[in-house]
Amino acid sequence: MAKFEITSIPFIKSALKSRYPQLAVFIVMLAGYIFAILAGLIGTPVGSHNFSIVFVWIAWWAILILVAVPFFGRGWCAVCPIPLPGEWLQRGAVLSPPDKKSKWLNLRWPKFLRNIWLQNIAFLLLALFSSVLLTTPNITGIVLDAMLFAAIGLSKIFERRSFCRYLCPVGGFIGLYSQIAPIELRIKDKQVCVTCAGKPCYNGSQAGYGCPWDVFPGGLTKNTYCGLCMECIRTCPHDNIAINLRPFSADLAKPSIRMDEAFKAFIMLGSAMIYAGVLLGPWGTIKDAAYNVGTAAWFTYAVLFLAIIFVVLPGLFTFGILQTKSIRPLKQRFAALATALIPLGLMFWVAFSLSFVLTNASYIIASLSDPLGLGWNLFGTANTAWQPMLTSVLAPAQTLALVGGLIWSTRTAQKAASEIKTSSTPVIVFCFIVTSAMLWLLL
Amino acid sequence: MAFAPLPAQSITHQERTFRIEARQFAYSPSEFRVNPGDTVNIELVSTDVVHGLYLDGYDISVEADPGQTKTLSFIANKQGSFRFRCNVTCGAMHPFMIGKLNVGSDNWLLRSIGFAILAVVGVIVSVKQKAKFHYGEI
Repeated sequence: MAKFEITSIPFIKSALKSRYPQLAVFIVMLAGYIFAILAGLIGTPVGSHNFSIVFVWIAWWAILILVAVPFFGRGWCAVCPIPLPGEWLQRGAVLSPPDKKSKWLNLRWPKFLRNIWLQNIAFLLLALFSSVLLTTPNITGIVLDAMLFAAIGLSKIFERRSFCRYLCPVGGFIGLYSQIAPIELRIKDKQVCVTCAGKPCYNGSQAGYGCPWDVFPGGLTKNTYCGLCMECIRTCPHDNIAINLRPFSADLAKPSIRMDEAFKAFIMLGSAMIYAGVLLGPWGTIKDAAYNVGTAAWFTYAVLFLAIIFVVLPGLFTFGILQTKSIRPLKQRFAALATALIPLGLMFWVAFSLSFVLTNASYIIASLSDPLGLGWNLFGTANTAWQPMLTSVLAPAQTLALVGGLIWSTRTAQKAASEIKTSSTPVIVFCFIVTSAMLWLLL
Repeated sequence: MAFAPLPAQSITHQERTFRIEARQFAYSPSEFRVNPGDTVNIELVSTDVVHGLYLDGYDISVEADPGQTKTLSFIANKQGSFRFRCNVTCGAMHPFMIGKLNVGSDNWLLRSIGFAILAVVGVIVSVKQKAKFHYGEI
């Protein structure tokens, strides 16, 4: 399937070049984000009646994992409100670049941290406390607040969007799965970038800022670190940047050899499985352990959680690939073949989220009328009774998602194995085993 | 395969009663099995706050105050694995207070795994065929 350049449509091109449509979305998102923080801190402690829980963990999560990430990649990052206040402070402007230079430190991010290990750790920290985070409004409020202030703090010290690129716990997995999305930002002609003087897409110009994600668009080969902020479309003096529609998972044809990205795939795959067991399973003892943070049971849960992600799953995977012959070092094979886990991991999250979201979506309608749980009835829907939706189609939908993910990963494993000239069989067997486990957990 | 109809089985239908204790945020027992066609009586006993039991797929529910027993009766005329969950907000982990009722053997899981095997084999065979065709052409 050929690519189609959607920026060749004049209306879309001008809408993306102008700062005003994006600013309008930013303002709505930022208002919603600040309201979620306030609701978490001052609203009812009953999670299912509080905007912060219902709109962040049910509505936003559903849109993110079922629509935004699979179809738009880093589309969420393009409108995320978290970096905005920090970025506006860092730039000393909300819209076009100001004439004077920024007064903040603008340091380069430390070289040894230029990877996604911090994002992996940040995600795991939230994941270990997720039973409390997902159900307790003031904890959600505090975490949202902490992310906003971390982004502001880092913007004052480091250049560009260091928080988004290196620390955001959500951005890490969105970047990983954005490789699957049928949309990309790429240059049109490499030679134009080679001869371009000043590289304004990276360094900025009067037309706009240098890439906030610290990416040189001329070298973009995959979606992982492009935040779709559209600055390079504004700054490129040669009209050499395009947004293309493309086949799904186009970026996975060339497997990554980075261990931080490989472990991200394991973290996401393992977390989806653990959540399916802990949150959606019938085992009360495990739920108690996950919820009672600080107790001996919770520490046992945390150790098991980390052991599954860092020992059991990668150990099984490594054992499999050790059975095959290859001239490549094991580390390189491990990282390259872990690419196959990306589609499967995303579909694990889709299957998990379908269950969680369809069961609890009716809370959204009630929360619209009474977002703080204070007895309001703004739109007459505050008393809408809880009612699970589409439970009869849930199991077939989850089966299709999981088996579809397995097919997708099998094909990705074959391509990755062919790239590094080894056998795909152990990876396919691994994918089949974990898919069977996930089917057992969810069905 | 996962979606294909199964032949009907003849089993003697029974009346079965289960006493389920509900506490924050778990049922005990949290999983039980009946045969298709059985008349099922669930005696729900709440041991702390008000809890409920909503059965997915059957769309029926019951609620019990602390210390009280309420009974939910139905005929298990739909086969498969069904989650039951608390339908009265009972605390932080309320949305995850979940149990599982199996009506008959869990064919859906077995058939889904069979479907997964067929899918993987299908991909491998089709890629091999494509490669053969490609080399044949050359």
